Amino acid sequence: MSDKPITYKDDRKYAESHEWAKQEGAVIVVGVSDYAQNQLGDVVFVELPSVGKHVEAGKPFGVIESVKAASDLFAPISGKVVAINDALSADPALVNRDAFGEGWMIKVAPSNPGEMNKLLDAATYQSKIESGAIH
Amino acid sequence: MTTLKRTPLYETHLALGARMVEFGGWEMPVQYSGIIDEHNTVRNVAGLFDIDHMGQIEVTGKDALPFLQHLLTADLSTMNLFDAKYAVMCYADGTCVDDTFVYKLPGAKKAEVKYMVVVNASNREKDFAWMRAHIAGFRVAIEDVSDQYYMLAFQGPRAEEILQKIESFDLSKIKYHTAREFKIGREKGWLARTGYTGEDGFELFVPIKHGKHVWDAILEAGKEAGVKPIGLGARDSLRFEAKMVLYGHEIDSHTTPIEAGLSWACDLNKMFIGRDCLLKRKLEGVTKKLVGFEMIDPGIARNGYEIQKDGNPIGIVTSGMPSPTLKKNLGLGYVPPEFAALGTAFDVVVRGKPLKAKVIKTPFYPNRARNKKTQTLVGQI
Repeated sequence: MSDKPITYKDDRKYAESHEWAKQEGAVIVVGVSDYAQNQLGDVVFVELPSVGKHVEAGKPFGVIESVKAASDLFAPISGKVVAINDALSADPALVNRDAFGEGWMIKVAPSNPGEMNKLLDAATYQSKIESGAIH
Repeated sequence: MTTLKRTPLYETHLALGARMVEFGGWEMPVQYSGIIDEHNTVRNVAGLFDIDHMGQIEVTGKDALPFLQHLLTADLSTMNLFDAKYAVMCYADGTCVDDTFVYKLPGAKKAEVKYMVVVNASNREKDFAWMRAHIAGFRVAIEDVSDQYYMLAFQGPRAEEILQKIESFDLSKIKYHTAREFKIGREKGWLARTGYTGEDGFELFVPIKHGKHVWDAILEAGKEAGVKPIGLGARDSLRFEAKMVLYGHEIDSHTTPIEAGLSWACDLNKMFIGRDCLLKRKLEGVTKKLVGFEMIDPGIARNGYEIQKDGNPIGIVTSGMPSPTLKKNLGLGYVPPEFAALGTAFDVVVRGKPLKAKVIKTPFYPNRARNKKTQTLVGQI
């Protein structure tokens, strides 16, 4: 974990609260960044909304828990949840092992696709973290 | 905002890949390789902790013993030289100023003794002020010597074997809750078979300038065995499984040692500040009791969460987390005595949802240090 360098992927957008959003056809896949999983440490529990629920950009949609603490997950975009990653209930550490891949959390049918433009690109997100502008 | 204090090993921790957090006014490593990995390292091999944020208050003088007997709950009159003993410092109403470990050590001159009182980082100034406020009538000197000693803990089933590689004295002769002095350069320090993990192991009080040297030597001696540095995250999960209380969680200025299950550390046959209130609680019964519970529904209890029975609030969670050793979501909390029996079901409110939990036996993880055959501690439950 902490011995591996933090990675950033430029095929997706980021919220300052450390969630990523990636366009896949008509839906947006949402997860947390590699930086976030590293900061959290061992992820032991992920609570996700049920399919069909509406999530709103900037509002909590779930909770991620490490050994030490529980943290809110904030939706990077608004829309209807069309899928959740069921694998996380049995193996929440997927978030640690593969934050950008198998550790994805929800898929959203966006109600306002333009919100993607308000999110940060990878380079901006990385520089904000490295300059200490966001934690 | 005040500046956070750093231990002399701050840079060493960064080089070891630590993530630093604020704790009790200090910037301390919370984890290196990961809390679960570090936790398992201590349970299976041994781990090294920088706990220099803990305070040490030295009490000397003719009345050192009666002074501490007046301030602390445990009977210190039975302590032999080099004994270590756990004791609580109470307010007059029996609630907790802090919990402490007292070491009886040789004094500066022959035939003299000194007592070292080890206190929590966040309470150091408060404890010292409290002790000084009660000094009248006692011929004692009290000094905060925290900055003179580096406090390290080396804990785990293989701690003795690994430490023995760099220590000439036969460590097997240091019994549970006893100490021994050592010399490093021209200065003295001491080590004791004490700890806060539920494992066998030692706590070391090293003259400050030798702190890094001893830290490096232990890590090097344990390299092959897989010894790792351990952060405060695993320190918390280890003490939690062993049901060792943490100030600010299980005990504080709203809770007495009787409620916290620390009656074994309180000798009510002697006089001390808070004794009458503790005796009253003991005789009349307490209104809340510390219990251990297991979550039945999926969810993690955390400090401050409400405990309910049939929708009515009955108590509060003091600590909770997934137990790395037992692989269950466990918690400690206060409930009225009628809900404290093993098997009692109640709900823990997690983010507005009442989730099922039940009272289980504690400690969740048996204290392996205490169970070693070398131990001689009397009166512990």
